[in-house]
Amino acid sequence: MEKNNKKAILYLLPAILFLAAFMVYPLIDVLIYSVEENYNFASQTMTGIGKLNYSYVLRDPYFLQALKNTFILVIITVPLSTGFALLISLALNSVSFLKEAFQTIYFLPYVTNTLAVGLVFMILFKKTPYTDGMINLILAWFGRGPVDFIDGPYWAKMFVMCFYTIWVVLPFKILILTSALASVNEQYYNAAKVDGTRAFRIFTRITLPMISPMIFYLVITGFIGAFKAYSDAVAIFGTDLNAAGMNTIVGYVYDMLYGNSGGYPSYASAAAVILFVIVLTITCINLLISRKHVHYV
Amino acid sequence: MKVVLDHLTKEFRGKGKESGHVVIAVNDFVLEIPDGKLVGLLGPSGCGKSTVLNLICGLLKPTSGRVFFGENDVTDLEPQQRGVGMVFQNYALYPHLNVEQNIVFPLENFRGADRLSKEEMHERAMETAKLVQIERLMERKPSELSGGQQQRVAIARALVKRPGILLLDEPLSNLDARLRLQTREEIRRIQQETGITTIFVTHDQEEAMSISDMIVVMRNGLLEQTGAPQEVYDDPGCLFVAQFLGTPPINVFDGSIRNGRLFIGDDDVLEAPGAIDASFAGGERPVSVAIRPEGFIPDPEGPFRCRLVRTEVMGRDISVLSVHPSAPDILIRSIISAENLPQIRETAAGSGIVSFRLKPAKTHVFGKEKEDRLF
Repeated sequence: MEKNNKKAILYLLPAILFLAAFMVYPLIDVLIYSVEENYNFASQTMTGIGKLNYSYVLRDPYFLQALKNTFILVIITVPLSTGFALLISLALNSVSFLKEAFQTIYFLPYVTNTLAVGLVFMILFKKTPYTDGMINLILAWFGRGPVDFIDGPYWAKMFVMCFYTIWVVLPFKILILTSALASVNEQYYNAAKVDGTRAFRIFTRITLPMISPMIFYLVITGFIGAFKAYSDAVAIFGTDLNAAGMNTIVGYVYDMLYGNSGGYPSYASAAAVILFVIVLTITCINLLISRKHVHYV
Repeated sequence: MKVVLDHLTKEFRGKGKESGHVVIAVNDFVLEIPDGKLVGLLGPSGCGKSTVLNLICGLLKPTSGRVFFGENDVTDLEPQQRGVGMVFQNYALYPHLNVEQNIVFPLENFRGADRLSKEEMHERAMETAKLVQIERLMERKPSELSGGQQQRVAIARALVKRPGILLLDEPLSNLDARLRLQTREEIRRIQQETGITTIFVTHDQEEAMSISDMIVVMRNGLLEQTGAPQEVYDDPGCLFVAQFLGTPPINVFDGSIRNGRLFIGDDDVLEAPGAIDASFAGGERPVSVAIRPEGFIPDPEGPFRCRLVRTEVMGRDISVLSVHPSAPDILIRSIISAENLPQIRETAAGSGIVSFRLKPAKTHVFGKEKEDRLF
């Protein structure tokens, strides 16, 4: 037994060392950085340990803007994308004609490069000397616009950002939900039909509970993913997100480390820890809610 | 409620590459199931019996033909509107609902004047649960129940809305042998207490024979024979039905009819009534002779002479295994009273031969061509 334990630890050693070096140590390091006041990267000096970095970050208007942007993004895109994905999956599940073709089309955004997708969104939304963008052309038919979606008002930029995020995360959710729907045993539907259940009630009382673990998984990963949004914003608004007023928390962390105002690992660490606490809290709330509404069979 | 199937046909079309391929699962089915009876729909797997059940409950629509409940034509009604209770083969209990919620589920679908209050629903659920004896399990989830208990919950769920017809698809196939015996009695009891017209599907002839008022034997989508179990057993219309019913199975030989006598090999075993051999060349008609295991009477002077293989003692009866010279590959199983054992041993001691007379009522003769019954 004793010998076996040693053997087991020996086998686990490479993974443990790897995780310790690249996961555990950086995590602890971030925590340490975030409490070191006035830390200077070049001279490796600091003035003490305290909550100065946190109070700085929490008062920084750029961080507050990023926080607000991220929250709006999360609150709008997670429910909407999950809802749309569910609707599309239900539709895909009930069509028989060209089902595979539709599934492929809906999955395409997932395998497309973020920046290439950003380019497509430029064509849709960006105002140039030659054109106002495709969406503005359509708006013009209805006698509206033009709206500058990239450099214009905040709500227009936020709209593009949400639109983009939803569009990018949809394929994965559709993939998961179509397979979840397909795995519900046909007999449950047959039993419900014979018992006189109408379609809407079958959906709410049978389909939804049956696929609830998958929906829950998508909501949790959706929240975490949306909180970590950054590359999408860069793809649409360029690298100077603070100027565009469209920065996100992760964007703020990045800027603090490497951006124009970079070189502040302590502020970046503090922001990262704040993000971690937010995500942890939201996930815990999700878990609590799920206990009542998610049915694992 | 009476159920009438009027020339019901269901075809399934192959998909994709096999779209030209049509399978006729149910072929021109004509059947009237009387009110308040327990009916066993019986046949080998793939014979279309579950399809018939699904046509009755409306999950499948017939290619042609009509379905009547009582005097009402329900062919075009959706399953929701037909008011039948159905128990599925794997029970299809909703895993996320507890037993009571499962049973109440059909009641919650009632609308308008039929709508029940929460208390009424609870009362109805308890009443039905008592009928199937699961009233102490109401809080459990289906995953916490044994197979037999799940079966009872499924029956309760099918009965709670008081349907006119109860359908059971292979109700016993997921249960172990002991539970199967118990549950089939249970189904019989519930059916008699409620008086509901019940149709159940099974491939197990013993199961169907033991509890049904009426059995319906199917093969390849065709209805072969209907009637009370004993009638069908005693008077099979074709060789298939004779072979399908009865344990141990019926013994089948090649025989012939010559000069008004039935022969197996060279043994002249029975009189063959009627001049049914007249049209055949040489005055000889080849036939299949099927003899029930209980159709053999041991008799040293008997015309049916077999080579004894061994005897199996089963207490009250013995089973004699023997082989007839005309069909050396067929092991004949005959069941006779244990009193005859000494006599059989005695006659077989020297020659190894055991002789029988045949009971005419237990010997069925079928034509070779269509396997139809001759007598």
